[in-house]
Amino acid sequence: MKEESFLKKENSIPDPWDLPLETFDVSKAEIFESNLHGEYFRRLRKESPVHYCPESQFGPFWSITKFHDIVAIDSDHKRFSSETNIVIGDAQPELVTPMFIAMDQPKHDVQRKAVQPVVAPTQLSELEVIIRQRVGNILDDLPDNEDFNWVELVSKELTTQMLATLFDFPFEDRHLLPYWSDVATTSETVGIEVDMNQRQEVLQECLAYFSKLWYQRAAEPRKFDFISMLAHGEDTKDMINDPMEFLGNLILLIVGGNDTTRNSISAGVVELNRNPKEYEKLKDDSSLIPNMVSEIIRYQTPLGHMRRTALEDVEFKGHKIRKGDKVVMWYVSGNRDEEVIESPDAFIIDRNKARHHLSFGFGIHRCMGNRVGEMQLRILWEEILRRFDRIEMTGEPERVLSNFVMGYSNVPVKVHKK
Amino acid sequence: MTKVIFIDHDGNNYEINANQGDSLMEVAISNNVPGIDADCGGLCACGTCHVFVEPNWLSKVGERSEMEDSMLEYTENVKSNSRLSCQIKISEELEGLTVKLPEEQF
Repeated sequence: MKEESFLKKENSIPDPWDLPLETFDVSKAEIFESNLHGEYFRRLRKESPVHYCPESQFGPFWSITKFHDIVAIDSDHKRFSSETNIVIGDAQPELVTPMFIAMDQPKHDVQRKAVQPVVAPTQLSELEVIIRQRVGNILDDLPDNEDFNWVELVSKELTTQMLATLFDFPFEDRHLLPYWSDVATTSETVGIEVDMNQRQEVLQECLAYFSKLWYQRAAEPRKFDFISMLAHGEDTKDMINDPMEFLGNLILLIVGGNDTTRNSISAGVVELNRNPKEYEKLKDDSSLIPNMVSEIIRYQTPLGHMRRTALEDVEFKGHKIRKGDKVVMWYVSGNRDEEVIESPDAFIIDRNKARHHLSFGFGIHRCMGNRVGEMQLRILWEEILRRFDRIEMTGEPERVLSNFVMGYSNVPVKVHKK
Repeated sequence: MTKVIFIDHDGNNYEINANQGDSLMEVAISNNVPGIDADCGGLCACGTCHVFVEPNWLSKVGERSEMEDSMLEYTENVKSNSRLSCQIKISEELEGLTVKLPEEQF
């Protein structure tokens, strides 16, 4: 998924139980790429659920790893700010792109409300028919009886088509959307060594493309796509005059609609193959799909963390969090919290209370597109069951390098038609 | 026990004898009333247990908190009688409380 030429790599992940807690650092992207983070977080939840790491490549930071502690911080937006940075690393000041996920009230509210109707349930039911048709086309075009990468041909393609619809983006250029999404998430701020100026150049191309769309939409009557809603929104109609803020919100909407659902689509295939009994359950009873969708989203936790900044000194669970400290809420850990979720390491498609997970966040920044993501996954699995006896994973999947995006670059599969 | 009534979007009635002290959301979930998701489990942090309180009950169920107001702002079709059912506690005074459910939670 990532541009190989951007990256330098080194790898040696120590056993987390051998490391001293005083300097324990979970932030290295390689830990997540190697899928070893589970054990790191198990140790923190057990021995130091609110943990201070004094030194890391991102500077000092707090790790919040238990479910209810994460909900408490996420809901406490008056003391824990989202302003400017919402991932563990700070962007260099000249590269900051303001976006509403990284704003506090009241500015956050007006910008979010301008675009939210595009992904509200009423609007989505209008889209269901067209999505089902596209899912059908994607699945019918898959190669028969040969290995291919599920991520490229299904996960990426489906989310890209959906996103193109939500932006009313020129369909023939839609491949630009996942490209920009990947460039945006390949960043020093989430633990990837990359030429940040080169990254910025690509993002400027994204801005230029969307600026043209903006002027077109502004000249036409308002309709239900993200750009039109922003261009006609009472509080957002001048956003085009602040190019960095326009770019920031574009990145938010592109990444939000891309990487997240993409990786849940891939994860479904991976986990059903690793848990053949669950696959059988699904084939026996397709009414389990909506519940399975929530379980996939919990199990994968497509975004591993969100970060806040303390606005004042806060006493939290016996720890003194100081004004200005970085506080990282590890959703990927809270979703494995043994005290809230029964057998959290097991993938169980008919799990009780499957919706009770942290993957969408809680509080005012809760995922705006959660219903779009769930709908895509639901329709996809309904259509898969109609066509295929089995999606067989034919090799080990490859994960992406990031402490933020919990994803796959390659899931080799072969499909078996009914 | 206190009797409460949920009316779903299609007009079906669910009459439940609720335990005092439970939240209205808990009453719906434990009696399998469809249409309440309650993703956060009752912490006023998600907005997926949205209900419309029948106007004559509004004063009896109390006021929204600031956080509840915030969460409701991000749901769909919010009206002046919109509440998060996890924030309504069942008490004796609510005998007969009637709420309507939205078409979908967001």
